[in-house]
Amino acid sequence: MTAGSQTVKTTYREAVRAALREALQRDERVFLMGEDVGRYGGCFAVSKGLLEEFGPERIRDTPLSESAFVGAGIGAALGGARPIVEIMTVNFSLLALDQIVNNAATILHMSGGQFNIPLVIRMTTGAGRQLAAQHSHSLEGWYAHIPGIKVLTPATLEDARGMLWTALEDPDPVLIFEHGSLYNMEGELAEDAGPVEIDKAAVRRAGTDISLITYGGTLVKTLEAAEELGRDGISAEVIDLRTLRPLDTAAIVESVSRTHRAVIVDEGWKSGSISAEIMARIMENAFYELDAPPARVCSAEVPMPYPKHLEDAAVPQRPGIVAAARKVMGCHG
Amino acid sequence: MTRKARSSEPPMERSHALHLLREMLRIRRFEEKCAELYSATKIRGFLHLYIGEEAVAVGAMQALAPDDAIVATYREHGHALARGVSAASIMAEMYGKVEGSSRGRGGSMHIFDAATRFYGGNAIVGGGLPPAVGLALADKYQGRNRVTACFFGEGAVAEGEFHESMNLAALWKLPVLFCCENNLYAMGTALSRSESETDLCLKAAAFEVPAWPVDGMDVVAVEAAARRAALAVRSGGGPHFLEFRTYRFRAHSMYDPELYREKKEVEEWKKRDPIPNFVSILKENGLLKDEEIAQIEREVALEVKQAVEFAEAGTWEPVEDLTRFVYSEERRS
Repeated sequence: MTAGSQTVKTTYREAVRAALREALQRDERVFLMGEDVGRYGGCFAVSKGLLEEFGPERIRDTPLSESAFVGAGIGAALGGARPIVEIMTVNFSLLALDQIVNNAATILHMSGGQFNIPLVIRMTTGAGRQLAAQHSHSLEGWYAHIPGIKVLTPATLEDARGMLWTALEDPDPVLIFEHGSLYNMEGELAEDAGPVEIDKAAVRRAGTDISLITYGGTLVKTLEAAEELGRDGISAEVIDLRTLRPLDTAAIVESVSRTHRAVIVDEGWKSGSISAEIMARIMENAFYELDAPPARVCSAEVPMPYPKHLEDAAVPQRPGIVAAARKVMGCHG
Repeated sequence: MTRKARSSEPPMERSHALHLLREMLRIRRFEEKCAELYSATKIRGFLHLYIGEEAVAVGAMQALAPDDAIVATYREHGHALARGVSAASIMAEMYGKVEGSSRGRGGSMHIFDAATRFYGGNAIVGGGLPPAVGLALADKYQGRNRVTACFFGEGAVAEGEFHESMNLAALWKLPVLFCCENNLYAMGTALSRSESETDLCLKAAAFEVPAWPVDGMDVVAVEAAARRAALAVRSGGGPHFLEFRTYRFRAHSMYDPELYREKKEVEEWKKRDPIPNFVSILKENGLLKDEEIAQIEREVALEVKQAVEFAEAGTWEPVEDLTRFVYSEERRS
């Protein structure tokens, strides 16, 4: 935010809604479609009130047909509109994988550059609400595997407010993953908050001893862990990746080259994951900068369980992040 | 709901009749050359020939205006030719040359052409239907009176994307002309072995979509049905569905040993070959002379020869361009 600007108290949910409202106001080509985005007001109440404000042509309730309405978003984007498609949760997006992976991600390249697809797909991701194994997974890392799409993971109010418009201006498909536990997050946001760039990671807390690299739903926990480490005299830097594809390798390498130690915090599973990719890039680009083997704090390799104590045990938590960081620090000989 | 389109249409202009014949011959001779070039290993990958089904693409294209859109399948050489994509650029595409319609990126299955609004070339069965619905949505949303013609085989009706797309198009009354090419076999699986209900028009009717079966071996019947349906779509009548009953004379692809159908069945269908039958009708009605056929054949042969020469003379995309068009080169949409 700019110095001296007024701030308002808001929530992540309201910030996303403000971004949607701004997009709908700024560009007639923009419309929102998805399951229960209209009359119901959005499964997570993100789009509440938008139907009344913008009408049913621009706030479109769809049938439960993920493949058709995501594919329709692709076609509408090809036809000159600027659709925002909302998928209720990342688990449901698997019903639209054909459209996302086989069409949205391929058509520009496969057509020799003739047809770009300016489509934005938003969806909820992550655990923490006791929704069990079909509503709680973190599959954004999977999507980050796919060339041709971009993957954004807003973790702050500024990014919740600002990433959407930049994504809409992008000529290619952009997927935005909103962690479900963030919607109620409160904070101060500049009154004039607006679009933000989407290509760069951000240092959310500067530090000199260790880099804690994270994104999305685990940013807050990681910042809390950094505070706790600080009380022990360990200066932890917290990197918010913000975008998983393209990954800001330079920012990761720059930070690790200064701190010489890294812990990656990711709510996805470890095996074949974005955390593994980050680890690999550190190895490829900063191996000789390291004073200790990097570590990862990820979700347990289980389908997400329902009971709170098991769900809490399955996903990264502050104590686990602190312990991993201490261990990496202790490795220094 | 369903009614049979009849071939007893009003007498047509001689020049138009010759145009239809020429278009069918262009596809037939072009693809015969493709088969030859495949054996000569000039064309690789999968090659799905349309031979036997030419009347469908040629007849249906007559109903479309230049600013209408077409979505086709991996068996789309005929549609691309009939739509006006040049034989030379299609052949160069099959050669994998940069002068091809998709810079050689797609090959036989992925012909794209922005100039004629030809949106592929989709090789996931059923995968083209949702984008077709979206193209029509963009037209309706932006107040343009255009039609999107979506071609797919009868195999696609087993896919969820067919049902989702039909429903969404009907629900939102979108201007889609669904063109189902029922050639009786999904690769090697006969319709009766894969569908509990083999009357495809009944499936469309279940979505309140007007539907007609059409003799897909009769170019005049195809054109008449397509014109009627396209007019209804253009007039705001919502999506329409045409089932073109046709047959492919060649194997599914060049790898197919055709173990699943009797040679006798193929021979029976060949008696209904759309080209010689149309020639007979024209001759009987005094609309065509032998020397005119010979003249058309000569011109088509020249076009095919020049297409091959163009492809042969084409160049390979520089390897340095491999990663071009994964994302757009212009950052703003």
